[in-house]
Amino acid sequence: MNIKIENIKKLNVSKPLKLDCGKTINNFPLAYETFGTLNSEKDNAILVFHALTGDQFVAGMNPITKKEGWWVTAVGPGKALDTDKYFVICANVIGGCMGSLGPRNINPETKEPYGLDFPVITIRDMVRAQESLLEHLGIKKLLCATGGSMGGMQLLQFCATFPDKTFSAIPIACSSSHSAQNIALNELARQAIMADPVWENGKYLKKNIQPKNGLAVARMVGHISYLSEKGMQEKFGRKLQEKADYEFSFNADFQVESYLRHQGNTFVERFDANSVLYITRAMDYFDLSKQFQGGLTEAFKNQKTKFLVISFSSDWLYTTRENKDIVIALNASGADVSFSEIITDKGHDSFLVDETEFLKTLKGFIDSMYEKLKNEKRI
Amino acid sequence: MKKEFRVIADLLENNTRVLDVGCGDGSLMSFLKDNKNIEVRGLELNKDNVQKCITKGLPVIQGNAETELHQFPKKSFDYVVLSQTLQAFYDPDKVLKELLRIGKSVIISIPNFGFWKVRVKLLFFGKMPVTKTLPNTWYNTPNLHMCTIKDLFDFCDEKKINIIKVIGLNEDKTSIIKRSNLEIKNLISKLGIFLIS
Repeated sequence: MNIKIENIKKLNVSKPLKLDCGKTINNFPLAYETFGTLNSEKDNAILVFHALTGDQFVAGMNPITKKEGWWVTAVGPGKALDTDKYFVICANVIGGCMGSLGPRNINPETKEPYGLDFPVITIRDMVRAQESLLEHLGIKKLLCATGGSMGGMQLLQFCATFPDKTFSAIPIACSSSHSAQNIALNELARQAIMADPVWENGKYLKKNIQPKNGLAVARMVGHISYLSEKGMQEKFGRKLQEKADYEFSFNADFQVESYLRHQGNTFVERFDANSVLYITRAMDYFDLSKQFQGGLTEAFKNQKTKFLVISFSSDWLYTTRENKDIVIALNASGADVSFSEIITDKGHDSFLVDETEFLKTLKGFIDSMYEKLKNEKRI
Repeated sequence: MKKEFRVIADLLENNTRVLDVGCGDGSLMSFLKDNKNIEVRGLELNKDNVQKCITKGLPVIQGNAETELHQFPKKSFDYVVLSQTLQAFYDPDKVLKELLRIGKSVIISIPNFGFWKVRVKLLFFGKMPVTKTLPNTWYNTPNLHMCTIKDLFDFCDEKKINIIKVIGLNEDKTSIIKRSNLEIKNLISKLGIFLIS
């Protein structure tokens, strides 16, 4: 991985941040990007939390990968998160590798990349770090905050930790605590990386190389879990990859194999293997009810934020049932909550693709919330 | 807004919390929120209706009242409203119990199978009645458990449910229904609206 991350927007967070593991970080970089314009009342800001392998480049062109942002279907002029109307913010999570402090950064004590000396971080640490960015931008209260998958988990944490920081919230395809199945899949990804001899206990960066094989397998695991059984069957079936018959070898005969290999290979160009370890760990440790005695209902006590929870029918990674548990807890705490299950074959990935029903719901909610906020201010 | 909703709205006190079960496109919720300062929540099965509510900024949960009322805590609403759907559930008895658990009071409306036109159609034509209030034929009707206003009176008595007020509706005309005038009102009301607790 040879990406140039010098020229991206970064905030130096000088305020010390005490991490859940007990260690403290200070004077650390938090990379972010913004889209659209913040109005004079500063009430049109939307914060997006990114998922495991996402970054701050939600829309437009990603200057590092030279590809479109990961959420161009939802963010841009006239889209659900309309950048003609709203000011969209996204920060790279700490532990990540797109400019925010992560295991790739130089450890000031050893003058070498942190590697496994980087402290284990949690979803709450990621969220607390991002609060500094809102402070920096002078935003007291967001119009909306949203995120899918791990982004949704950050959002739930954000609402529980800062109950008055956003007018509305849209957690998408997420969970309030990581399930055994999801921990297992993450463990598979981590083991794939750690089994690569190049990984060398996380010290590979000293030699300026990446455990590419392990990292690619880790990505393949992810990609299988982002699709649905039906979606995968329809997309690939048993189709062969540019050949008439089996090769009687272990090359990528099937299209689905070729697809996974391609996803794995492109991923290693833009992502750091140790970051995968750290971020998946943060996801596994996430259990919102554990932080609050009395469980999830207690976590959402006194919420003024208006919620819309969205799940996808074919998502087996963060199921409708798990999303509904969030709704039940919000209901039990008397919060203002809506819930919609989008019927689709596109699996967990649905929130990243052009899924009309989903995008319509997203847009309808955000626009109505902006109107509501304006009305409340008038009164 | 249809007359039925106006009658229901009049039964609700201002500044309360209301759950509208089967809230449709949210027209009742909108009215209650804007005119009576009521804090509304909706439960709706149809996804297009859910989307309409969300676009209007109305809090709605996509779900089935038959199986998903358990998510609402005990007495978490001042009123629970159920408009013309009780007869469509597999187990109306169970649903009603849930409504009474969630709400301090419950408002249910039913299409009255005792309405004279319905009786005439069955009596003289020997066919399942199709009317304005009951527009479906026997094979495609969602109504599994049709009942009359009188049936619901008896049901409440049997289950020891407190009947606070019953209003009969025929087009735009409303009238109070009591045990004393039940026979005649059961004949001339198209809809029955019950406030119970």
